[in-house]
Amino acid sequence: MSATAQNHTEAGRIPAKGMAKFSKDGNFQSYEFTRHAVGDNDVLIDILYAGICHSDIHTERDDWWSVKYPLVAGHEIAGRVVQVGKKVTKFKVGDYAGVGCMVNSCGVCEYCKRGEEQYCLKGNVGTYASPDYFHNNEITQGGYSSNIVLSENFAIKIPKNADLKKVAPLLCAGITTYSPIHFTHVKKGDVIAVAGFGGLGHMAVQYAVALGAKVTVFDITDDKRQDALAMGAVKYVNVKNPDEMQGLDNTYRVILSTIPAKYDLSMYLKMLKVDGDMVVIGLPAFANSPSIDVTNLVMAGRRKIYGTQIGGIRETQEMLDYSVAHNIYPKVEMISADKIDEAYKNVLAGEVRYRYVIDMSTLK
Amino acid sequence: MKRIFSITLLLVFAFFATAIAQEKRIPAKGFAVFSGDGQFKPFEFTRHAVGDNDIEIKILYAGICHSDVHHVRQDWAKEQFPMVPGHEIAGRVVKVGKNVTKFKVGDLAGVGCMINSCGECEACKENREQYCSQVVYTYHGHDQFHDHEFTQGGYSNNIVLTENFAIKIPANAKIEKVAPLLCAGITTYSPIQAAGVKKGDKVGVAGFGGLGHMAVQYLVALGADVTVFDITEDKRADAKRLGAARYVNVNNPEDLKGLNNTMSFIISTIPAKYDAGMYLKMLALDGQLCIVGLPATVNTPSIRIDQLVWLGSRKVYGSQIGGIKETQEMLDYSVANNIYPEVEVIKADGADIAAAYQNVLAGKVKFRYVIDMSTLK
Repeated sequence: MSATAQNHTEAGRIPAKGMAKFSKDGNFQSYEFTRHAVGDNDVLIDILYAGICHSDIHTERDDWWSVKYPLVAGHEIAGRVVQVGKKVTKFKVGDYAGVGCMVNSCGVCEYCKRGEEQYCLKGNVGTYASPDYFHNNEITQGGYSSNIVLSENFAIKIPKNADLKKVAPLLCAGITTYSPIHFTHVKKGDVIAVAGFGGLGHMAVQYAVALGAKVTVFDITDDKRQDALAMGAVKYVNVKNPDEMQGLDNTYRVILSTIPAKYDLSMYLKMLKVDGDMVVIGLPAFANSPSIDVTNLVMAGRRKIYGTQIGGIRETQEMLDYSVAHNIYPKVEMISADKIDEAYKNVLAGEVRYRYVIDMSTLK
Repeated sequence: MKRIFSITLLLVFAFFATAIAQEKRIPAKGFAVFSGDGQFKPFEFTRHAVGDNDIEIKILYAGICHSDVHHVRQDWAKEQFPMVPGHEIAGRVVKVGKNVTKFKVGDLAGVGCMINSCGECEACKENREQYCSQVVYTYHGHDQFHDHEFTQGGYSNNIVLTENFAIKIPANAKIEKVAPLLCAGITTYSPIQAAGVKKGDKVGVAGFGGLGHMAVQYLVALGADVTVFDITEDKRADAKRLGAARYVNVNNPEDLKGLNNTMSFIISTIPAKYDAGMYLKMLALDGQLCIVGLPATVNTPSIRIDQLVWLGSRKVYGSQIGGIKETQEMLDYSVANNIYPEVEVIKADGADIAAAYQNVLAGKVKFRYVIDMSTLK
């Protein structure tokens, strides 16, 4: 145990600072807070990079549920282990470690046992804005900050040769797309589609292309056409251009929807083949959520629609190792910690290419 | 000049050919609605001639499906009248075209929701003719193979269709109960088979009517642990009698406790407004909600996609009947396993049919009305 750790408050709490919003309409301001002590099974990670996910924006803007402020978002975290609890075996000080959308779960329910902690029956402990039932229900704070403390079981090992600046978004955008592409068994030659070509979409395209699938990308602008084709998509459809929408019905075995805004679900459902899967991973604000009538589902006939959330910890590790080994990374724009407000505006305007990552060393 | 003569000859020939075909049209009579008022009145009409690949069936029994009620009431779309509903048909072959091999005169035959399809598209080639974009429905359809004439259904004395879309009914079948298998049977059998339901699986059947009581029987036959959902106490004993392990009256909050995250498959046969989210929550991870019940358009429940994401890997989809090959398989399976609808046989009488419709709407039918077409005057 280092001298630094012994000098913490009597509870051993860890001082932290970060960028928080103090109200839904306010701007980000610096915020000092503390994190729970480093328990026997915990690691303390100095955060080097934090990605900005569209979910952060939804949460900070209170698009979903009532949240408590100050709120430090961020669930795409890459950093270095600076302290380990005495029972920790997976990490040693100096290792790179990543954190995604969850920092703990009950560990005993059927889904935790299956390695699908994201569906924990008690509810997983989210990386931010979530009561941590292992620590007096304190509300968790995320990765737009100097450090984080969590159970080693929920920290992901980052290979040394990883392109660290680009790793953080893999922990959410990466696993959220990797998981359904793998469990729907996308394979060489499959004709599939990715709706929405943003942070999640551009990861989905890379994973699907790596498997040899023929990928069509849908978005609402012409500005992303070249990027999509450069990443290996065989076709790009600007949904706003009626000519491009011709002849697509009954075409795709899998459609992955990453769209975080209102859109026409039935249109995509018709593009599925019978027994095809429409996997929804993009989360619009509640007020903008598309819905589908059950009558349309019956008329569409055996075209499945369902959601999926990230992936379990074991699969997240698998995804990270796979991504690094195959050189699959997000395209990132690095920003300093004082530019989060501006970044949010650009994400909302669909202008990010394709993920903002905050360099946490710029945190003052 | 010679060319004009040829064309004239051709036209004359075509005229006579049409006239001959017209002459060979089959007279038919049945009960039709003539407007959206839901009144059934006798209706005489003709059906297309028996082509080389066609058979003519004398209809013995016709089931009343909730879809018939929706069509008559124009719940889904504006309809063309007069309309003879009925797509659950059991009868006897009385005439066969010269190329027909599957049937001979005297055989029992059934007809379900479709009487033809393009035969060439991917769906048709995969034996899923119900998803062919050019499928010809048994009634309210336009038959592209016969000058787009308006098709008329089974509340009638006969029907003519290609042998490919007629189903063989085993001679030992309980003929008065067979008709509803052609729609209610296949609509539930198909997704239950597709979902791979097996012994011990915890499954649900939402809505215990014509479709629901068939679903329960197929699921029980597979050894599944079946929970039935309906909105009344009146059907509790019937559900248990058909082998359900549990009956939930959705209007009773106590009955609904402890069901979340428990079922691997739920089939919703509900033809009215309901809370689809409630059933989605009852699914275990990777579970499936299959929707086969069709509410009126104004009453259709809606599912928000953010709910699907938060639920995570609980799948929802619809399913329509089944292909012809699978319908034959279903019929053979049902007869072999003695799985039949529970039917109330009524007379082919306008007032009786109208009364039956009222009972269907009130949820009072147990569980399927079948019209005895031999009583047609």
